[in-house]
Amino acid sequence: MTRDDIPLARAANGGSVPLEAIPSFKAEELSELIAGCLGLGLRLSAYFGAAPKAGRASRSARPPVAELFVVLADDERSALYAGRAPVGAEGFPSIAARFPQAQLFEREIFEQFGVEPIGHPWLKPVRYARFAGGELVQPTPNALAKPWVEPRSAQGEPIVPGTGDFFRVEGEEVHEVAVGPVHAGVIEPGHFRFQCHGERVFHLEIALGYQHRGVEEALAGGPDKRSLHYVETACGDSTIAHATSYCAAIEALSRTRRTARAQAIGAIALELERLACHVGDLGALSGDVGFLPTASYCGRIRGDFLNMTALICGNRFGRNLMMPGGLRYDLDDARAAELTRRLGVSAREAKNAIDLLWDTQSVMARFEDTGRLSREAAIELGVVGPAARASGLSRDVRFDQSSGIYRLSHIPVSTYDSGDVLGRAFVRHLEIQQSVAFIEEQLGSLPAGKVLADAADAERIALAPDSLAVALTEGWRGEACHVAITDAKGAFSRYKIVDPSFHNWPALAYALRDQEISDFPLCNKSFNLSYCGHDL
Amino acid sequence: MLKVILARIRQGYRTIKFPAAPPPPLPDRFRGRPEIAASPCPDGCAECERSCPTGAIARNRDAGGLRIARGAAASGPSMDLGACLFCADCSEACPRGAISFTRDYRLSARTREALAIAPGMRELALAGALEKKLRRLFGRSLRLRQVSAGGCNACEADVNVLTTIGWDLGRFGIQLVASPRHADGLLITGPVTKNMELALRKTYDALPEPRIVIAVGSCAVSGGPYIGRPEVLGGAPAVLPVDLFVPGCPPHPLTILDGLLRLVGRIEDTPRGRARRQEGGIG
Repeated sequence: MTRDDIPLARAANGGSVPLEAIPSFKAEELSELIAGCLGLGLRLSAYFGAAPKAGRASRSARPPVAELFVVLADDERSALYAGRAPVGAEGFPSIAARFPQAQLFEREIFEQFGVEPIGHPWLKPVRYARFAGGELVQPTPNALAKPWVEPRSAQGEPIVPGTGDFFRVEGEEVHEVAVGPVHAGVIEPGHFRFQCHGERVFHLEIALGYQHRGVEEALAGGPDKRSLHYVETACGDSTIAHATSYCAAIEALSRTRRTARAQAIGAIALELERLACHVGDLGALSGDVGFLPTASYCGRIRGDFLNMTALICGNRFGRNLMMPGGLRYDLDDARAAELTRRLGVSAREAKNAIDLLWDTQSVMARFEDTGRLSREAAIELGVVGPAARASGLSRDVRFDQSSGIYRLSHIPVSTYDSGDVLGRAFVRHLEIQQSVAFIEEQLGSLPAGKVLADAADAERIALAPDSLAVALTEGWRGEACHVAITDAKGAFSRYKIVDPSFHNWPALAYALRDQEISDFPLCNKSFNLSYCGHDL
Repeated sequence: MLKVILARIRQGYRTIKFPAAPPPPLPDRFRGRPEIAASPCPDGCAECERSCPTGAIARNRDAGGLRIARGAAASGPSMDLGACLFCADCSEACPRGAISFTRDYRLSARTREALAIAPGMRELALAGALEKKLRRLFGRSLRLRQVSAGGCNACEADVNVLTTIGWDLGRFGIQLVASPRHADGLLITGPVTKNMELALRKTYDALPEPRIVIAVGSCAVSGGPYIGRPEVLGGAPAVLPVDLFVPGCPPHPLTILDGLLRLVGRIEDTPRGRARRQEGGIG
């Protein structure tokens, strides 16, 4: 197999495909096909289970318990591929040992549908979800993972996150450090288990699931009046990124065209979100190494960028700006002028504050060589976003899988090749400059027209039945992937969200190897991953 | 070193004067305290109720499960501010334009019931200060342990922003601390997922008594967008006794700060204070 003859359906970012056009394989075949594609250098954007189609079951001796779907991204050729396979209770072959980027996806399929990825090297729950499809999850007896055969209570109540087996390093001088779920700062909950030799970390395992609110479960059956709110709160600091993907999926399924003006203003909001978070994180990184000037200034300037989003839509996180078909708020001339003025001031202040980092030796000494993630490891783990770009990968949805205004107005991909905390900080620094330039360019040439397509009403838009839509948005952490599958009536039979954090959490664990445990906060902040985006 | 000093001069002094002076102006599109006009609804109209994603507004029944004690509720819909996401869908849906969102950022209350909005109401029963004994203990020094129990990181971020130099929460003696053992109270965000229930209870139990609980954001107040979902418990009140409710999705930092300052008695609703606010043009 080469990149020219991949036997999967071609999909486009922001496009939809009828389900019947997506080739269906046997589960073993699909696993091998995915392995083949990953071997060619494609990467997993999404790999998940859905409820099996009714009807087909009768012909088979062993009825399928789920249907697997995969979305693979070929960044070199700006192509997306989709495939599927029914899978029965006997499970499907795992490829996680050969391709680590698949390991969390396979565990998720196992958790949500009880079908086992056979041969998975570390099969345990992802989110300790209690419900799948509205049903209480029952521990699966054929599972290898202990948590599922040793439920906490006799009532079949699944265990809570952070319990069960952890990978352990044995030895007289080895000790284990457990941190969380409740951490010292104002931060979401997660559990971190370190295997240490003195100060040195041999291994870190991260257990999440505390934030699991059932976002995907809640979206099934939609779209309805709550759908957009679930999406906007799936990962609140990436409200615009997720809302953009959601709207693109709905628009693809309903053949709605977003106006050029709405695309431009939507992209401005997405870049403002990136600016706020990048500036805030550079300040927090500075605080983590005890350099307070940049920490103080960036903490405040971050708020200025949030206030610019509020200038557009009234909410600092961009709530209620995006809607399927366009935007709820327009950017009138006076507002655009005010935004341009504020952007100039804040960009200058941010540059002044951030440049101090690169000029301060005590900061550079802490950033350099800390938490290194090699280019090879980044590829194997399927890392996305600034973390991937800091390890030398040119991987950016805005460029590789561009859609909307990004097809016309290119943002250069900012990369760095050190893969350490400095790399992840410096890529953010470069992206801040690119985003400011992009917004200024857009504000200077906003397309005329309306911001809402005709007849755009989230509840009344009819979605194509029995179809699959894929939408990717490069949020500030990386790719926010949404896959919507509709049933015969055009309602969501499955709505899959892959937050960039889902790809990147294992990379944080990997980057901690051979580091001082005291550098954990610094490494953690350099990735700054989302707990709720992972837990959904 | 010289560059650091030059940057310090350039960045300047940026802490807001609030509450001694009016706060910085809020954006014109900011959605604060909603008002429902006391005009009768068309017969059989329930557009607001139909449009609301969380069931926070209701015609002819109690909004969000809140018992609205006012007889006025009969003349129009009533609203539960604690479940409101401030999306303004109801405002767009109302054929009479009877629902509007003002720029009044003051939304905090001491009880869940005080978050009920009836037609014609133009002022909330805003949070009062802690009881005398607690106020003597916490009035000048309040240490809070923040716990996110399913929060989306928006409320968390806008709580955190209060500790930046622009707001400088520390000047009021209010501090966010690392350990529950060092804390006087919990500040909870998120709809309280079942997966966080145990950790939340344990954190609360680790606080020395007397202790208080503050629920920030519509998720923590009522469950917010996740009301009725089986994976969540429906906010902090489902698990712990709550002393202060701060609605919003997420609440503006000014809303949170206003709530905290009312709780410790640093903002009191005296007629003079009210007049000063009006002069400041906020509202």
